[in-house]
Amino acid sequence: MAWTRKYLRINLTAGTVKVENLNMQWANDYLGQRGLATKYFVEEVDPKIDPLSPDNKMIFTTGPLTGTMASTGGRYSVVTKGPLTGAIACSNSGGYFGAELKFAGWDMIIVEGKSPKPVYLSIADDKVEIKDAAHLWGKTVWQTEEIIKKTHQDPLVRVSSIGRAGENGVLYACIVNDLHRAAGRSGVGTVMGSKNLKAIAVRGTKGVGNIRDPKAFMKVTYEKKKVLADNAVTGQGLPTYGTQVLMNVINEIGALPTRNHRDVQFESASKISAEAMHEKRPDGKSHLVTNQACFGCTIACGRISKLDEKHFTVKNNPQYWGASGGLEYEAAWALGAANGVGDLEALQYVNMLCNEDGFDPISFGATVGAAMELYELGLIKQEDIGFDAPFGSAEALVKMGEMTARGEGFGKLLGLGSKRLCDKYGRGDLSMSVKGQEFPAYDSRGIQGIGLAYATSNRGACHLRGYTVASEVLGIPVKTDPLTTDGKPELVKAFQDATSVFDSSGVCVFTTFAWTLADLQPQLAAALEGDWSMDKLNLMGERIWNMERQFNNAAGFTGKDDNLPPRLTTEPAKTGPAKGLVNGLATMLPEYYRIRGWDTEGRPTAETTKRLGL
Amino acid sequence: MNITIKLYATLGDYLPLEARRNNRLVMQVGDDTTVTDVIAPLNMPEKLVHLVLVNGHFVPPAARNTRKLTEGDVLAIWPPIAGG
Repeated sequence: MAWTRKYLRINLTAGTVKVENLNMQWANDYLGQRGLATKYFVEEVDPKIDPLSPDNKMIFTTGPLTGTMASTGGRYSVVTKGPLTGAIACSNSGGYFGAELKFAGWDMIIVEGKSPKPVYLSIADDKVEIKDAAHLWGKTVWQTEEIIKKTHQDPLVRVSSIGRAGENGVLYACIVNDLHRAAGRSGVGTVMGSKNLKAIAVRGTKGVGNIRDPKAFMKVTYEKKKVLADNAVTGQGLPTYGTQVLMNVINEIGALPTRNHRDVQFESASKISAEAMHEKRPDGKSHLVTNQACFGCTIACGRISKLDEKHFTVKNNPQYWGASGGLEYEAAWALGAANGVGDLEALQYVNMLCNEDGFDPISFGATVGAAMELYELGLIKQEDIGFDAPFGSAEALVKMGEMTARGEGFGKLLGLGSKRLCDKYGRGDLSMSVKGQEFPAYDSRGIQGIGLAYATSNRGACHLRGYTVASEVLGIPVKTDPLTTDGKPELVKAFQDATSVFDSSGVCVFTTFAWTLADLQPQLAAALEGDWSMDKLNLMGERIWNMERQFNNAAGFTGKDDNLPPRLTTEPAKTGPAKGLVNGLATMLPEYYRIRGWDTEGRPTAETTKRLGL
Repeated sequence: MNITIKLYATLGDYLPLEARRNNRLVMQVGDDTTVTDVIAPLNMPEKLVHLVLVNGHFVPPAARNTRKLTEGDVLAIWPPIAGG
């Protein structure tokens, strides 16, 4: 079955550890990871709860293919109610933690309540203990991993932890594992901090068994790895240039949000691109050191870089001179173009701060962009921040990163995200967010469909819930016109539903640049008992999407929240192919609701919920 | 007339050495020059000439033989790539 059929329920209030059996009917209907954990979550948690109260729960969950020989099969997700948005939050991470959890014999961990003091959870196969973490509180992610590994005298123990951002209430705090892989968005690390849970350390020695047909599974996973290797994107493009290769493309098509979305093209895009990371610096070395893969991954898109030791950010900080994760496209955009900063070394330094202390570079960078606009408008004064903060200032970006990591001064306000920041200064319209979560790196005036995907994303603005950029810009699986709204509701729905299944399987969504559901289906069918037809998977994706939507509706969200900031729907793009265009959300949304089987307020109809078995 | 050609990612290797650092080259071409006329002499493997943009607008493979360039146009090309 690829499942261990067991999970842990950790009650931090009572300090108890219970072993429970996995609900196999739910695993059959919702697969694993995102789908299965969300099913448990919505069954157990009142949608109206305060996300930072002990009533909130968090579920760390694997997929059926996590820990197996399926390519990229190392993923785990964290499902909770997000403090940044108040919506369902589901953040997905790679690295080695997910596979290790499965190797220890556990499909999931449900964490509930709140510990009276800082603790961490230690899992060594069947030995599960809640341990004192007083000595870890106040430490960074990187320090926490090192201390736990030394304490356990085991360099192979895998650690997921929060840094000071999660302790200090930064509303977009991450959970970081393996130093620089993160369940990054929506503030899942903030929830962990609110529970006084510093870390989960896991060591598993059992491996993964229970594959339904091991021989067939070996054969099909080998074939599908070959599909990835033979594909120009997953076999060559991503390993060589990483996601950062998009910087120049998105700039060229006029969809690179710049200076808090004032502009759609950044004059220094090439200086912070994948190509720039390959170039030799004045010190004779390239920024990029190598690529890196997560558990079981045959793509290896991750970037490992080294800073110029003479750069102003680190010349007196040798602890940052070593090779470290980054830059990926989203971080490079959010820390760079979003603020008009074209200093590659400064971006990587701040990216390291995000990894070190566990906060989302997308939301952080976009919040800095909002702060810089408020500063330029004179609404935030120099004395509010302690220094000048115009667009383009690498020095201001760096100081803001350090202040947010440490929870100091103006950094406390930045830690609340752009919506709360802009509301405080009476300009909520300048927060480039949906449902309180900041946009990623695509301007929806230049890529129309992604605007609908952002507006309807169940966890707030997000590109990974329905990556129509693949089709609209990159021609995967087929090229569509980014400047038109025609056909986009269908495209968005198709991407959202298929992604829901991939996110529930244990493999990485980046496989979808070469695989479709038809490539995933035989791998699931070989691993799992029961029917795993394409019809079933298609229906399952739609079921997961609607389940999340129902939770959000019950939490108080309505169709009015499926919206974009007025800048994107009323201020036309100034340059590039989209010059003169705004996003056509009002055209797309009613059609999207119709094909979803929702009413005009964005609620699934009784007929829809019945059809999906909800 | 002058046009600018930009070659990115692995295609940068098909530019003259001095143009590789910025991934771009300003070229002088004759009137009625098409996209294919510019691409062909560069001898790039056909399967790597994937994303072809003129002034940011995608030019589909079938239109590249007939799409004429004009003064100041920017022709940018990528191999198959993706990110997220």
